[in-house]
Amino acid sequence: MSSNYLDIIRPGINTTFQDKGRDHLYHIGIPFSGAMDNRNYLIANKLVNNNLDSAVIEFAYQGPHIKYSGEKINFAITGDVIFSIKKEDTEIDGNCYQSYQIEDGDEINIISTNKSVYGYLALGGELDLKFQWNSCAINTKANIGSNDGKKLDVGQRINVKKINSNKDIKKTNYINTKIENIRVIKGTNFDYFSEEGKKIFYEREFTVSKLSDRMGMRLEGPKIDNIVNTNIKSEGLIKGVIQVPADGNPIIMLSDHGTIGGYPKIGVVASVDYDRLVQMSPGSKIKFKEINLSDAETLFKLYEMETQNLLSQI
Amino acid sequence: MIKNISNLGDAALYCDFGNEVNKSINSQVIKYFKTIKEKKFEGINNLTPSYNKLIISYDLKKTNFKEVKNYVENINAEDSIDINSKKLEIPVCCHENFSMDIKRLEEILKLSREKILENFLNKEYFCYMTGFIAGMPFLGDLDENMRVQRLETPRVKVPKGSVALTEQFANIYTFESPGGWNILGNTPLDVFDSSKEDKPNLINPGDTVIFKEITLDQYKNYNE
Repeated sequence: MSSNYLDIIRPGINTTFQDKGRDHLYHIGIPFSGAMDNRNYLIANKLVNNNLDSAVIEFAYQGPHIKYSGEKINFAITGDVIFSIKKEDTEIDGNCYQSYQIEDGDEINIISTNKSVYGYLALGGELDLKFQWNSCAINTKANIGSNDGKKLDVGQRINVKKINSNKDIKKTNYINTKIENIRVIKGTNFDYFSEEGKKIFYEREFTVSKLSDRMGMRLEGPKIDNIVNTNIKSEGLIKGVIQVPADGNPIIMLSDHGTIGGYPKIGVVASVDYDRLVQMSPGSKIKFKEINLSDAETLFKLYEMETQNLLSQI
Repeated sequence: MIKNISNLGDAALYCDFGNEVNKSINSQVIKYFKTIKEKKFEGINNLTPSYNKLIISYDLKKTNFKEVKNYVENINAEDSIDINSKKLEIPVCCHENFSMDIKRLEEILKLSREKILENFLNKEYFCYMTGFIAGMPFLGDLDENMRVQRLETPRVKVPKGSVALTEQFANIYTFESPGGWNILGNTPLDVFDSSKEDKPNLINPGDTVIFKEITLDQYKNYNE
C-alpha cells in the first residue's frame, strides 16, 4: 500500500487523467485523446518539476475537491481557475501558474473554471495509473485508459507512486489570451456549400452550444446550406475538422472524436488555435477566418516557439 | 493508385483514391496504409484508411505537408505488401430480443424475416475499414435488395455486439454507443478487446467475414 494518496471528496463534472495522448491507433478507431489544452498541460507539469509528458488531472467547469494524505508534495493548477487550499484551520485562495506545497491532511478545492472550460492539476510526482498504448489518457466513450476509462468518482483514492525530490516552488505570469477569430483552412468539401453558405461560414457569428464535450463542439447560428450532398462516403477525421450535417449546424471534432465520419467537411481549425478553441465555453461567440496552409504552418511554428519559451522560463 | 493528394487542415494529408466504393479501390488504400505503417516515417502519427481515402496525420512539430506529400508520392505500394487477410466466422443471434429493427427492415425491403436472414447469413463480406468507434468493422457488400438508409433518429444507446445494416454495409457495435444503423442481431463475440494491446481488433481491413446464425440458447452459453 502506498502511503501517499489523494481522496476524492467531490469529483467535479468531467474530471479525468490526461497526458500527451496516444497515437498510431486511428485505423482501429481509437482517437488521440490527451490533454485538450496542450499548452496549459505542459506548463502545469513544468511548475511541479515533472517530466513534461506526465499524467495530470484535467477538469472541466467544476473541478474536484481533493484531500491529500502523505509526505509533502507540490502541486500547481493551470488554466483560468478559481480554487482554494485548506490547511488545518486556514483556507486561502490559490493562484494559477504557481506551485504550492501541501502536506498530510491538506485539501485542494477546485471550485470552477472562469469563462473557460478546462483546467489542469499537476502533482509533483508520479500517480499510480494504468497505461494503455503508452498513455493513461481516459477516453470515457471507449472506456480506454486509466481508471477503467471512466471519469473520477466520489470516494475514490488515487495513489502517488513517487514524489519528486525537487520541491522548488515555481511561478510564471502566463495569462490565457482570448481569441477573436478562430483561423481555419478550407475543408475538402468546401464546394458542397452554397455561395451564401460559404459567406455565412466566414462572416457570421456562431454560438458554442451546451452539447459540447471532449468529443466535439457543436455550434448554433445561421444555417449553412449544402447544395451537393449532405452525406459523403465515410472517411477519416482528425481533430479540428468542422463537419456540417444536414441540419446546417457545424460540429468541430475535438480530441476524443470518432475516427470516421460521413458529413461534409467545410473547414479545419488551424493547429495554432486549437488550445484556445477548446477553452471556449457554451454561449461564447465564435467567428472563423480563412488562412492558407503555409500561413497556418508558420503561425503554428511561432506558437510552438512561444510555448517552448514559456516553459524555459519556468 | 492515389488520384490526388491534398491537405486536410495543416496536419494531415488527404489521399483520394476515387469516388467509388469497391474492393479493388479499397485494396489499394489498404496496401498504401500497410506500406506506410510498416515504414514508420518520422512524424507521421496516424493513418486512417477508409473505403476510398487514406488520411495521414502528422506531428506539425516534426514534419509538414510538403515533406509527407513528397514521401507518399515516392512510395511504391503496388507489389510490396502481402495483405495477409483472414477469414472469420462470426456467430450472430437474430432472436427478437436482439433484432430491434426487423419490422422496419421487413417493411422497407418488402421481404419476410426468413428471406432477410437468408440473404444476409452464410455469405462472405469484405472488411473495408474499422473505426468510428474502436474496432467497429465496415463490412460489404450486402445484396442489392438488402440496402436501407440509417434510422431517421439515431438511437442514443445501441447495445454492445449489435450487428446492423445500412446501405451496402453491415457493421458490429463493439461497445454500447449511440448509432443509427438498422439492428438485425447480436454477436456474443468480443470484436474489440482493449486489453490486447497488440491486437485489439478481431476483424481488420482486408479480412473476410461470414455471419453464422446461432440460437438464443447457444448465445447465452457462448462465453461459458
